[in-house]
Amino acid sequence: MQTAPDIRAAQSAPLLDVQGMSISFATAGGRLEATRDITFAVAPGERIGVVGESGCGKTITGLSLLRLLPEDVAHISGRLDFMGVDLATCSEAALRDIRGKRIGMIFQEPMSALDPVFTVGDQIAEGLLAHGRMSRAEARERALEALRSVGIAAPEKRFHAYPHQLSGGMRQRVMIAGAMICNPQLLIADEPTTALDVTVQAQILELLRDLSDRAHMALLFITHDLGVVAETCTRMLTMYAGEIVEDAGVDAALEHPLHPYTSGLLRALPRLSERRSALPSIPGRVPVLGQMPEGCRFRQRCPFAIDGCERPQPLQDAGAGRRVRCWRFRDLDLPGVAA
Amino acid sequence: MTDARTPTLSVRELRVEFPATERGATVKAVDGVSFDILKGETFGLIGESGSGKTTIGRAVVHLVEPTAGTILHDGVDPATLSSRDFRAARRAWQIVFQDPNAALNPRSTILTSVMEPLAILGVGSAAERRLAAMRALARVGLPEEIGARYPHQLSGGQKQRVVIARTLTLKPELIVCDEVVAALDMSIRGDVLNLFAELQRELGLTYLFITHDLSVVSHISDRIAVAYLGRLVELGPAEAVTESAIHPYTRALLSAEPAPLPSHMRTGKRILLEGEIPSPINPPSGCHFRTRCGHAVDLCAQRAPEWREIVRGHWAACHFAEQFSGEKNEVGNKAGATLMGG
Repeated sequence: MQTAPDIRAAQSAPLLDVQGMSISFATAGGRLEATRDITFAVAPGERIGVVGESGCGKTITGLSLLRLLPEDVAHISGRLDFMGVDLATCSEAALRDIRGKRIGMIFQEPMSALDPVFTVGDQIAEGLLAHGRMSRAEARERALEALRSVGIAAPEKRFHAYPHQLSGGMRQRVMIAGAMICNPQLLIADEPTTALDVTVQAQILELLRDLSDRAHMALLFITHDLGVVAETCTRMLTMYAGEIVEDAGVDAALEHPLHPYTSGLLRALPRLSERRSALPSIPGRVPVLGQMPEGCRFRQRCPFAIDGCERPQPLQDAGAGRRVRCWRFRDLDLPGVAA
Repeated sequence: MTDARTPTLSVRELRVEFPATERGATVKAVDGVSFDILKGETFGLIGESGSGKTTIGRAVVHLVEPTAGTILHDGVDPATLSSRDFRAARRAWQIVFQDPNAALNPRSTILTSVMEPLAILGVGSAAERRLAAMRALARVGLPEEIGARYPHQLSGGQKQRVVIARTLTLKPELIVCDEVVAALDMSIRGDVLNLFAELQRELGLTYLFITHDLSVVSHISDRIAVAYLGRLVELGPAEAVTESAIHPYTRALLSAEPAPLPSHMRTGKRILLEGEIPSPINPPSGCHFRTRCGHAVDLCAQRAPEWREIVRGHWAACHFAEQFSGEKNEVGNKAGATLMGG
């Protein structure tokens, strides 16, 4: 299997080791669990895609890794081991040393992530000045270099530009330059290309792959687009209703998905159906927080659900470095994509 | 265009300009576009932001006024009609937008919203309008009790169905669908696309389907037009455009689409375009695409390529179209992928 080396690497020396992470929110109606039992590891330089429909907990998972959720309402339990530091319990000071420096993050909408009243150069250099001891001149040099490395032409000129003077693709490049400036070991990218045109998306994906290869930087790529994952990542985590339901190498997951939800997502892609034929879909919708079904959370939408699916479903070892949260996976021969 | 069927929509040399914020400048959103849509067909219009695709759609249903050119519906130019006749004719062409939240009044029940167009037109009695609205809701697969609910109580897919139902009450012939599934989750896009296909079969509807999503447009369209910076660069049968594209921009667009395929199946060569779409205030001279085109020569800056039929039914605007035509695309894996097992 082509992806086996990556998975072995993940097992031997993880950069990030998440064990049993649950995120819950305090609401007027009591505590609601948004994600449950999230367990996965990221090896140095590994690129992992996190997929699922909206409301499956992808974004919350990414935000929790940097404790970016409001702490008065969001509670994180479990262990989030990043190079020996537990991100769930470490001090704010320890976290500040990691955020932006060793773990970077970029978002879907660069316009709301960039400050409109500062030049992009200042915003990129800010990360350096906050984390490293260096002169402004030195920080400026490094920021220019970062702008150049993300493919921005005439960086000396762009350095003094304000975000509104740049196009969407250019802004996302600025975000990436800012996130990369301290050479993080891990970049969390939450739908970074969803708002971009497809030709610009292709440029940004190429850039992220290239930067990750060159700097041996791991990537946690959150997206709803399976095509983007196939082109960017080596491993894929499928999330459903706040749980990881499948963990496999990208090629393996695409060709032989083991969870009915992963298979359903693949079948719903129009390009895989004959032109003008009826498209398969997944009936129903993701259950809302506080109304999670017992046992398998997907069973109400699952065409393979039988008696027994209402029992608790652990994320079990499926061999070849794969994991799946479905007790029937050995009996099911699910369709994926194939030649 | 060489089809024996009569076009239900005929667009000729359409131009739409908007005043820009800069003094005296104009945005040429649509810069000379011509095409026909045949009765009962799905005409896909694809392009990136700034291509003018949305403006074309709005001009077709007369939500924006053309600066120049003609738009004929069944041979009639609505601009020549009296306002009374125009209102009556307009029922036949409707538009559905991307965001159903913006299209539905949050303070009205679903049934009220669906009845509203008929009420505005003064069609039938209140009871008849109610019945028509309920029939339309049932027709798009929504249960009766939805009518009493408010938009926030519905899912995105259900809301888009409501908007479609509202359109159906007017018995339209042509529906402009502007990014109608873009805001929906992958898992339910199929449902809504299937509904459009079903309604077309049963009601003989004609669609102008506008989207940036190649996989959607190639799945549902009979013919596909590709827009770039206010002009069409290519138009042809869906298979021809996706499998043997002529124009370099179409090829780049096809190759840029991320393919959900395992590594050993991605044989396609990627054509990575440089830069982004230029400003429509000051588009490049000659061919609009030349600043990003790998094949551009001096001629491309001097003269705009002629929009011409290269192969029967397959049109393109590129000086080298004859040379490019017939080459099998090396991009993507359009035909190779099918489902297996299960």
